[in-house]
Amino acid sequence: MKPLLRVQNLKVGFSIFDGFMKVLDGISFTVFEGEPVGLVGETGCGKSLTVKTMLRMLPSTAHISGRIFFKGEELLSMDEDRFYRLRGNEIAYIPQEPMNSLNPVFTIKEQMIDHMLFKGLRKVGWNKYYSLRKNKERINKALEKAKEMLEKVQIPDPARVLDSYPYQLSGGMRQRVLIAMALLASPSLLIADEPTTALDVTTQAQIVKLLKERIFNERLATIYITHNLGIARQVARRILVMYAGNIVESAFTEELFREPLHPYTRGLLDAIPKLTKEEVEGIPGRIPDYVNPPSGCRFHPRCPYRMNVCSKVKPELTEVKSGHYVSCHLYEKGKRV
Amino acid sequence: MKTVLLNVENLKKYFPILGGIFGKVIGYVKAVDDISFSIYEGETFALVGESGSGKTTVGKIIVGIYKPDSGKIIFNGYDLFNTNKKFLKKIKMNISMVFQDPASSLNPRKRVIDIVMTPLNIYKIGSKQDRIKRVRELINLVELTDEYLYKYPYSLSGGQKQRVAIARALALNPRFIVLDEPTSALDVSVQAKILKLLIRLQKMYKLTYMLITHDLSIVRNVADRVAVMYLGNIVEIASTEELFHNPLHPYTRALLSSIPVITNEEAELLPEKVELKGEIPSPVDVPSGCPFHPRCYARTDICDKNKPALKELRKEHFVACHLF
Amino acid sequence: MKGYRAEELRRMLYRLKKNKLSILGLILVSTIFFIALFAEIIAPYPEDSYKIHIEKVFQPPSWEHPFGTDEMGRDVLSRVILGSRISLILGISVIIVAVSLGTVLGLIAGYLGGFIGSLIMRVTDVFLSVPSMALVLAVSAVVEPTMENLIFAISFGWWPWYTRLVYGEVLSLKEEEFVQAAESLGAPSLYIMFKEILPNLIPILIVKGSLDMGYAILTGSILGFLGLGVRPPTPEWGTMIGNGRLHLPGKWWLTFFPGLAIFLTVFSFNLLGDGLRDALDVKLE
Repeated sequence: MKPLLRVQNLKVGFSIFDGFMKVLDGISFTVFEGEPVGLVGETGCGKSLTVKTMLRMLPSTAHISGRIFFKGEELLSMDEDRFYRLRGNEIAYIPQEPMNSLNPVFTIKEQMIDHMLFKGLRKVGWNKYYSLRKNKERINKALEKAKEMLEKVQIPDPARVLDSYPYQLSGGMRQRVLIAMALLASPSLLIADEPTTALDVTTQAQIVKLLKERIFNERLATIYITHNLGIARQVARRILVMYAGNIVESAFTEELFREPLHPYTRGLLDAIPKLTKEEVEGIPGRIPDYVNPPSGCRFHPRCPYRMNVCSKVKPELTEVKSGHYVSCHLYEKGKRV
Repeated sequence: MKTVLLNVENLKKYFPILGGIFGKVIGYVKAVDDISFSIYEGETFALVGESGSGKTTVGKIIVGIYKPDSGKIIFNGYDLFNTNKKFLKKIKMNISMVFQDPASSLNPRKRVIDIVMTPLNIYKIGSKQDRIKRVRELINLVELTDEYLYKYPYSLSGGQKQRVAIARALALNPRFIVLDEPTSALDVSVQAKILKLLIRLQKMYKLTYMLITHDLSIVRNVADRVAVMYLGNIVEIASTEELFHNPLHPYTRALLSSIPVITNEEAELLPEKVELKGEIPSPVDVPSGCPFHPRCYARTDICDKNKPALKELRKEHFVACHLF
Repeated sequence: MKGYRAEELRRMLYRLKKNKLSILGLILVSTIFFIALFAEIIAPYPEDSYKIHIEKVFQPPSWEHPFGTDEMGRDVLSRVILGSRISLILGISVIIVAVSLGTVLGLIAGYLGGFIGSLIMRVTDVFLSVPSMALVLAVSAVVEPTMENLIFAISFGWWPWYTRLVYGEVLSLKEEEFVQAAESLGAPSLYIMFKEILPNLIPILIVKGSLDMGYAILTGSILGFLGLGVRPPTPEWGTMIGNGRLHLPGKWWLTFFPGLAIFLTVFSFNLLGDGLRDALDVKLE
């Protein structure tokens, strides 16, 4: 499989009242073509920030260093027009909270058509806007595609939904619409940020099934962001675990759950209430302050296996078993210390 | 011997929807539609359901935020809505609530010490000095140090905010606490700590909990008995063990089978995968007969005509379904 | 305890500092307050608030009288400085009255509602439908022009806006969970209104109050201009303009400097109010 997206040593920071927040601390990972990858972590670990950096959606006050390659081209230094075209056509993004991501004053039809007519264009002058909107042929084609996509996401009555306003649709429906909109441009990379968090459990199950059976295919790679490991287990082929701006573990899904290596991953799994009624354990301490992060490994203050070196040297992400990477001093040179 | 602490009888709460220029009533949100259940002293009773089920409304009625349209709530023998005001105030000292979103349940312009002291101030317990002492005690009980007393909510993490909310709920030494999704807004690692705290406090003070949640994994770990709600109705009540081993109502089965588990051992405990058609209708438009019938895989002819009543099928296992 | 208040203040000041214009507003407003406070000491001829010097009438700006002298030979600079106190007292008093009245009425109408609440809001609506200047003028025309009466008159035009503002805020705050939490504890309504809801109203009131201060002062000046203000010889900017108007365009300094004072005052409060709104807004997030 060819690599589609390659992130190299990405660092992102912000200047705030109390000082300088060093959030992303040099993360690197790859997403291959057609691969559904889960990006897992708790609040504040930097997972949304990572994708927002990729999509160049950060304010200009952000300090970014590192490189991001998409199909071989570097994204962060790319010229704006080219990037907008790329972002509109090759990379699709479904933001958090389906409730708020649709414009409440336009029908679904209008939003989907607009999406198709104007995707990838950075500046649309009045002339261009009107000429596009008057182009009946293009609009009809767009409408056809919209119907097709709504059917693909298993919406029972596409015509009715097209004519509806967002407030008339339930949360699950809105989420399906957002997924359909994301697929309109036939992207090669889909980024979904917590797409099922705001939904009911039974609706969530429906959406997950939809994604697995009909959306994720060999031509569409996905980055699926969630804090729910159970969902990640159902959806992703490979999982990246993030903590405090670092990727601490990366492995194929089954492998990760069978043998979690990083103490944080272990702690996370232990903390989840299970039907088998094992006692839950929290992870002591809190997520660190990004202005004064812990030295060395950012997890060390909370780590039950902490050693001296952990507070001095930051561990590298190393391959411990085939396809299983950990960033932890317990596993140097492929062996457990 | 199990004594009943709280008895809910035929509780109904409809929220009117006003429309038109003159604000006429054009419909009702049937939040709670004739439900009954009992909670025994010392147990953790879970009220489970998805959005629109009415579970939060039930909790808020019990603590007095909403007044029911009909029905009774008997706490420790006293009818909460039919007792004189003075006496009622004393009874209400025994009931308190921890809300779902710690960020909005704490007044952002008040400091922790004032927030936790609020119940003591309202009931005029002791002198100012006594109250401060008690607040200190409570804060330490929820595993926070004294330095948190003078902080504002915005500088606290989600878990810390929830601890403050719990401290406030404990201020008057209640016997019964309604916990409305106490950990939904928290991260997984924090969730575990809060759950352990709640369990510890329950043992220490012999508290009775009514846990409102949609998370069945928590229910399995923490609750003694469970009631499953759907669109304002209770569809099944059973002990936790019994519910997980023998889910009877089709909705319960669907709910259980959609839990995103993380181990294979857990997956084996789930009932066969049930897929529901469509989505939960709005409580404004409750289907006729059994509210679940449009989505039910086992629907029969009478299901859209008669609403099934809650019947005791096995010992202490109640279901509201025409299949039985 | 003090440490945490101080930190709040520091954070607010940090945000204020980021906006250069609001710093300017803060400096200007502080200057105006300072001038008003120490008016008698700063003014070169403090006795000119009442003394007449016929021999010095209508002198154009000079070294001895940088703003010139007026129709009674009084030093315009001193009168402008002294007038700042009148205007500020007027402005602050009006805002205090309007805020207090508006908050209490808004709280009752918003939280308690019912018949009284509707009554309050209907009365407020009536007052709002009449242009505030007309109200203010009507009231000030029939009362004696003392300071207290002026404040009373101007407040007429201001209180309904605060009532409406508070009413709206209370309606939304009422549904917040921390209010429901207090209700679940059995807190009496008065407690909830003043101890839970009111503290959340303060930021908005501060912002609106400081923005309005300038306009309250302006309204006072308008009354003075129309001759409905404080009795002469009390130096008041509007009155000075009113009197000086007759001598335009020749003796321009009689109207220009008081006018400039009004302009700068309103402008400064605007800047400050804007800055405060940004500073407090972010904090509420």
